[in-house]
Amino acid sequence: MSQVGTEAQPLRVAIIGAGPAGFYAAEYFYKQSDLVVEIDMFDRLPTPYGLVRAGVAPDHQKIKSVTKVFDRVASKPGFRFYGGVELGKDVNVGDLRELYHQIIYTTGAQTDRNLNIPGIDLEGSHAATEFVAWYNGHPDYRDLEFDLSQERAAVIGIGNVAVDVARILCRTPEELAKTDIADYALEALKESRVRDVYVLGRRGPAQGKFTPPELKELGELADADVVVLPEEAKLDELSATSMANADRGTVRNVELIQEFSQRPLTGKSNRLHIRFLVSPTELFGDEDGRVTSMRLVHNELYATEAGTLRPKPIDQYEDIQVDLVFRSIGYRGMPLPGVPFNESWGVILNEEGRVLDPDSKQPLVGEYTAGWIKRGPTGVIGTNKPDAVETVKHMLTDLAKGNILKPSKPCPESAEELVKERQPDYFTFDDWLHLDAIEVSRGEAQGRPRVKFTSVAEMIEAKQM
Amino acid sequence: MKISSILSTKSSEVITIAPDQTISEAISRLSSYNIGVLIVLGAGGKVVGIISERDIVRRLVEDEELLSREVSEVMTSEVIVGVPDDDVMSVVHTMTEKRFRHIPVIDKGQLIGIISIGDILKAQRDQYQGQIDTLETQIMASDE
Repeated sequence: MSQVGTEAQPLRVAIIGAGPAGFYAAEYFYKQSDLVVEIDMFDRLPTPYGLVRAGVAPDHQKIKSVTKVFDRVASKPGFRFYGGVELGKDVNVGDLRELYHQIIYTTGAQTDRNLNIPGIDLEGSHAATEFVAWYNGHPDYRDLEFDLSQERAAVIGIGNVAVDVARILCRTPEELAKTDIADYALEALKESRVRDVYVLGRRGPAQGKFTPPELKELGELADADVVVLPEEAKLDELSATSMANADRGTVRNVELIQEFSQRPLTGKSNRLHIRFLVSPTELFGDEDGRVTSMRLVHNELYATEAGTLRPKPIDQYEDIQVDLVFRSIGYRGMPLPGVPFNESWGVILNEEGRVLDPDSKQPLVGEYTAGWIKRGPTGVIGTNKPDAVETVKHMLTDLAKGNILKPSKPCPESAEELVKERQPDYFTFDDWLHLDAIEVSRGEAQGRPRVKFTSVAEMIEAKQM
Repeated sequence: MKISSILSTKSSEVITIAPDQTISEAISRLSSYNIGVLIVLGAGGKVVGIISERDIVRRLVEDEELLSREVSEVMTSEVIVGVPDDDVMSVVHTMTEKRFRHIPVIDKGQLIGIISIGDILKAQRDQYQGQIDTLETQIMASDE
């Protein structure tokens, strides 16, 4: 057999998941000047970009500009995209081992972490990530229904997703109509009667996970007043002490929150309440099982041995009327069929990106991971770049040692043949670029960045146009 | 970022030693695993101390019998432990202020991992690099 990674036998890599981590991994492979590599990138959806398309808020288009970087990667020689092909359904790990020298799982984190409190499953209580996927036109979530005829919504959590959900609920139809929000979501939100949105943080203003621009934006919504209770904006003693070592972002966040707490209501139609130091303990429903209110316990902060300020409930409760609840306490990864999983962290069992055998704890030959399914849901999109680079560096080391899979059919034709047989409706990158052009041109007509396809059937039909 | 995200890409194996084992055994363990620190586990898997190559080297000059002494005589028994929910920022601050370089992580009373100052610096570097990359991409996009 000729040496792998040369013209005679290119290194064949399968990347499972076409989100940022997958593209950054591919990008780093193509930066190796002395390596000939062929990359097949699979995604269960016909469309690439993962959460950049299905997670990033529609009113944050600038963040989506990173897809230009990904498109450059996709145009490299030897790169193929197999959209609409799912691992565990259309192909399995055993198939991949016969076709590739190395496999990287970059499937991200798709589900919400659970929140185990009584009443959490009442009607009207949803995972925030499902709402996000719904308004972003993710085909698996387009048929969900959210009762936006209610007036009061609570978002449990205060991270990026929570803030996105609250902001989208408070946007006016005119603001939303300029975005690439899914058409059905735009229609539903136009009719929305939600007037009060409560964002609930367990900790205080100095422990917020948002960035200052995100926070500032909440104070600049066209038709929503931001409301912060002065007593909750005031820092407790521990937080005040911690400010001496705080980064600029935290200092700015605290300033903004304290400024919000001084603002009078200006009579806008909606109110976005940001609450601190409260945790929901129970949801209550009516006789039809619909959520009607939520009990909050107030918290105080204590320092762990290592110095982190954590919330601790005090004996003080409060009930708030809410008819709609979004739980946003973080994304969690899902196990992939045939791939070892670390249940404690909700990630693939790995050491710096090398997938580990669950029994021996030694690396499995040829299997790797990067992105959120490797380290958990943390960081911004760009954080996946150093993360993917770490993994690919190990892949290159293992390649140099000859520590790779020994596929029986390491050629692009065999891979294509298998995909065609298993999933004839797969999408190539050119198919996606065709869909993309249609989406963008539909958008131009309405003064929007794009009008998304949101069902796979629609996409298959458009592909053939 | 929480320290759990650092643990999630590290091998879960933590190299430990019992308090009644000898310094000689500790050295051979440090050397065979190529590490700088051992967690000392007492009865019931409780963390009772931490012993580093530094602790040993420092004592070696003044104590000729050191190699046969018990780990419990040399270890640092006031160990600051972390929990998975600890923030990386506050942990790095505490490690720098209090001058220690390793922190055992405990969950539900059990030792589940160890994090070094090197792990934390790497996580911080990656976080900053990621932020810079994201900002650069956005700035370049708005130029077009």
